[in-house]
Amino acid sequence: MSATYNPTEMMTVAAARALGNSDVCFVGIGLPSAACNLARLTHAPQIHLIYESGTLGTRPNVLPLSIGDGELCETALTTISVPEIFRYWLQGGRITVGFLGGAQVDRFGNLNSTTIGSYDHPKVRLPGSGGATEIATECGRFFIVMRHSSRSFVEHLDFLSTLGHGRTGVERRELGIKTMGPQMLVTDLCVMRPNPETCEMEVTSLHPGVTPEDVQKHTGWPIRFSSSLKETEPPTPHELSVLRDLYARSEGNIATVDA
Amino acid sequence: MNLLTLKDAVAEFVHDGDQVALEGFTHLIPFAAAHEIIRQKRRDLTLIRMTPDLIYDQMIGMGNARKLIFSWGGNPGVGSLHRFRDAVEKSWPLALEIVEHSHAAMANAYDAGAANLPFAVFRGYRGSDLPSANSTIRWIHCPYTNEKLACVPALRPDVTIIHAQKADREGNVLLEGIIGVQKEAVLAARKAIATVEEIVDEFGPRSTNTVILPSWTLDAISVVPGGATPSYAHGYYRRDNAFYIGWDNISRNRERFLAWMQENVLDSQPAPASEILESLTTAGDGE
Repeated sequence: MSATYNPTEMMTVAAARALGNSDVCFVGIGLPSAACNLARLTHAPQIHLIYESGTLGTRPNVLPLSIGDGELCETALTTISVPEIFRYWLQGGRITVGFLGGAQVDRFGNLNSTTIGSYDHPKVRLPGSGGATEIATECGRFFIVMRHSSRSFVEHLDFLSTLGHGRTGVERRELGIKTMGPQMLVTDLCVMRPNPETCEMEVTSLHPGVTPEDVQKHTGWPIRFSSSLKETEPPTPHELSVLRDLYARSEGNIATVDA
Repeated sequence: MNLLTLKDAVAEFVHDGDQVALEGFTHLIPFAAAHEIIRQKRRDLTLIRMTPDLIYDQMIGMGNARKLIFSWGGNPGVGSLHRFRDAVEKSWPLALEIVEHSHAAMANAYDAGAANLPFAVFRGYRGSDLPSANSTIRWIHCPYTNEKLACVPALRPDVTIIHAQKADREGNVLLEGIIGVQKEAVLAARKAIATVEEIVDEFGPRSTNTVILPSWTLDAISVVPGGATPSYAHGYYRRDNAFYIGWDNISRNRERFLAWMQENVLDSQPAPASEILESLTTAGDGE
C-alpha cells in the first residue's frame, strides 16, 4: 500500500536508499542533506555523516540551513578544523561517498556550479565549487541529486567545475583517478546510473507515473534508457512520515521546504 | 594585551589596498568588524574568505573591495549573493577582480601561510576547468613518485580579523565549536585582530585541547558582544537563519540594499558600549 507523495519526496527517498550503514558520507547542503538524514533516520542508523564545516559523525535533529549551523556541531561526535577535514579526511581517502548538487549536469555526470555563459562575462554568476571539486575526485564514489529540467540537464556545460566521468566519458580514467566518480543521479523523475562501458548516465528506473517521454522532454541531450529499465519503488508510509517529520521539525530554520 | 575599541583597531590595522581576511566558517563571522571597515570607508581591499557570505556581500556592495579571493560565493541554503553577483556581472558599484579556488585549495593555502611555506601542495583540481580560470593554480610533480599534484600560493593576508568567544585578562583568545580556518588565517597574517564576546578573569575549566590563540599571536583585541550577528557564537547566541533568508530580498535591489546599509551600518554606533570597554581597559592597565 502506498501513500500519496510529491516528486520531491520521491527524489529524496530514492536518494536516501542508496546509502548504507557502512557509509561515511560527505554531505552537501539542501536536498543532499535531507536525503542523508532520512537514510540515518530510517534504514542506515549507523551511517557517519560529515559536513565540510568539520563536524564528524553528526546527528542533527533538524535540517540545517547552512553547512555550519550550530545544530551540526552540537550533535557531532567531534568537530575539527576545515583544513583537517579536507586534508586528513577527504584527501586522506576516509570518505566512502559524497552527495552533490549543481546548477548544470551533463550526460557524463560532470557538474557546473560556476557560471552560466562565459567565465569572464557571465550571464549568471553562480556560487562556485566550494568543496565539490575535490569531493568528486577524493570520495570513493559520489551521488548527484538535482531537479530534472532541460535548463540544467544540458548537452554542453558552460564551465566544468566538478569532474564526473569527463567531457567525453573517458577523461576521468585517463587522468588515472582511482575513485569511481558519479555512480547515481537522482531526480524528481528518475534514477540514472552510468553505463558500465561508456560511463554515460542512463535511466535505470522511472518514478511511478513518469514516462520516458517526460524524461526526454526535460533533458537537453538524447537520453538513453537502460535495457533493464524498472519502476522506482514508491516511498513507504514509514519513509514518508520520517521525512515529513524531519521537515516539520526544521520549519522556520530552512529557506524552503523543497516541494 | 592591546585592548582597543573596534574603531581604533580598524583605524590602526586596516589600510586602503590591504589584503584582508575576515574568517569564520559559517560560525563566528566577524560582522561587527566588517561594519566598522565599511564605516571607515576603506578602499581597494583584496578580500580573502573561503565563503564570502553576507559579510563580503555587504563590503562588495559598499565598494570596499577591488579583488576577491574565495571558493564559494553563495548565501548558504538560500541562494545567490546578489551584491557579489552584481559586481561580477555588471561591475556595480565597482568592477571586482576574482581569484577563484575550491575549498580544499583555500584551506591548504591558509595552512601553508601559517606554516611559513611559499605554496600549498595537494591532490586537487583534477579534471576541473578552474585551473584555466585562475592562473595561480599550477601543477608540480612529486619528487619521489612523480605524481602530478596541484599547488596554489600560500595565503598571507596583511591583516586577519576573527571573532571569538572570549579573551582572558592576559589577552589569550579562546574559540570553540566550528573552528573553521581561523587559527590558520591568524597565523598566516602579518597582523591579526580578534573581536570577542567578553573578557574573563581566566578561562576556567576547559578541555586541554580547546583552541586558544596565545596573546602574542594577536595585535589587538576588541570586546564586541554580539560581534558575529547574524552569524553566531557557540554558547552565546544562535545563527539568525531568518535574517540570512531575509537578506535575499534586502540585497536583491541596489536601492533597498543601500538604504539598509545606511540605517543599520553607517548610521549605527560602533559597538561595543564604551563603559564596558572603559572598565576593562582600566583593569588591564593595572598589570
